[in-house]
Amino acid sequence: MQFDSFTELLHMGGHGAFVWSVYLITLAVVIGNVLIPLRQKKRFYLEQAARSRRDQSGESLKRDRLNET
Amino acid sequence: MWQWIHKLGSPKIFFGMSERWLPWLIGLTLLVLVPGTLWALLFVPPDYQQGDTVRIMYMHVPASIMSQSTYMIMASASAVFLIWRIKMADIAAQCIAPIGASFTFLALVTGAIWGKPMWGTWWVWDARLTSTLVQFFLFVGVIALRSSMENRDTAGRAVGILAVVGLINIPIIKWSVNWWNTLHQPASFSLTEKPAMPIEMWLPLLVSVIGFYLFFVTVLMIRMQGEILQRESRADWVRKRIIAAVTQNNQPVAGN
Repeated sequence: MQFDSFTELLHMGGHGAFVWSVYLITLAVVIGNVLIPLRQKKRFYLEQAARSRRDQSGESLKRDRLNET
Repeated sequence: MWQWIHKLGSPKIFFGMSERWLPWLIGLTLLVLVPGTLWALLFVPPDYQQGDTVRIMYMHVPASIMSQSTYMIMASASAVFLIWRIKMADIAAQCIAPIGASFTFLALVTGAIWGKPMWGTWWVWDARLTSTLVQFFLFVGVIALRSSMENRDTAGRAVGILAVVGLINIPIIKWSVNWWNTLHQPASFSLTEKPAMPIEMWLPLLVSVIGFYLFFVTVLMIRMQGEILQRESRADWVRKRIIAAVTQNNQPVAGN
């Protein structure tokens, strides 16, 4: 361990703002790279499920109308 | 071997395999990336000139290496699609582009943040920096071109040609530090020479680079799975998955 205290770790020899912003931005890019595709995948499942339900209800509606006539 | 590669050309088989690999890949990525980052942040000795800003290197160098690697992999996948018309190659090329763009963005931003305390400026129009910026625009161009075209096959071919032509930028980035007098220092790593840094500095850098590669493969798998589902949404095996996913989650479906 190169640092004796938490304050020293934050301070980074006077370059804390630079070092920590690099690590935070990297973390943000990493999280974004994971979350964006996962959300897209989830949205795809939800959309497709909605569509298949719509198709089904559409078909049953058609069937009902046919039965009525 | 060839048969195995041929099998991976089928979206359905690729999807199945990627599902089996993904948990291992995620585990391995975490196992390398997390300790590697902590090592760089807490245990690497400060540089005698740069002090603690040297810790920026452990994010900046892997991001830069990934930016060029992902471009070369994307261009190779595009070339495979252009020559053999393998659909999975186009899916790979499409999914690599945003990941590559994000790595290039990271390389530029972390470089700027490192440049400020070390060079006294966020940005200079130096050969290495400018060619990396061009690389970023190439990635953005590839993404924009694809989204601007309706027909998937035409888009794949147009993007493929752009990606392959853009390869010309790779040697320019690589040797820019040798060809021109630049502010940017020459390569810290080479496959043929021993690094100039002491082992306690380059070993964590190597771990970090490996971690970034693993991370790339992991997120690429996740993206490709999503893209396969989109493209094959009418296939039977995808419909079955949708039904399974919906009944399993039992979530209320929006817009219904």
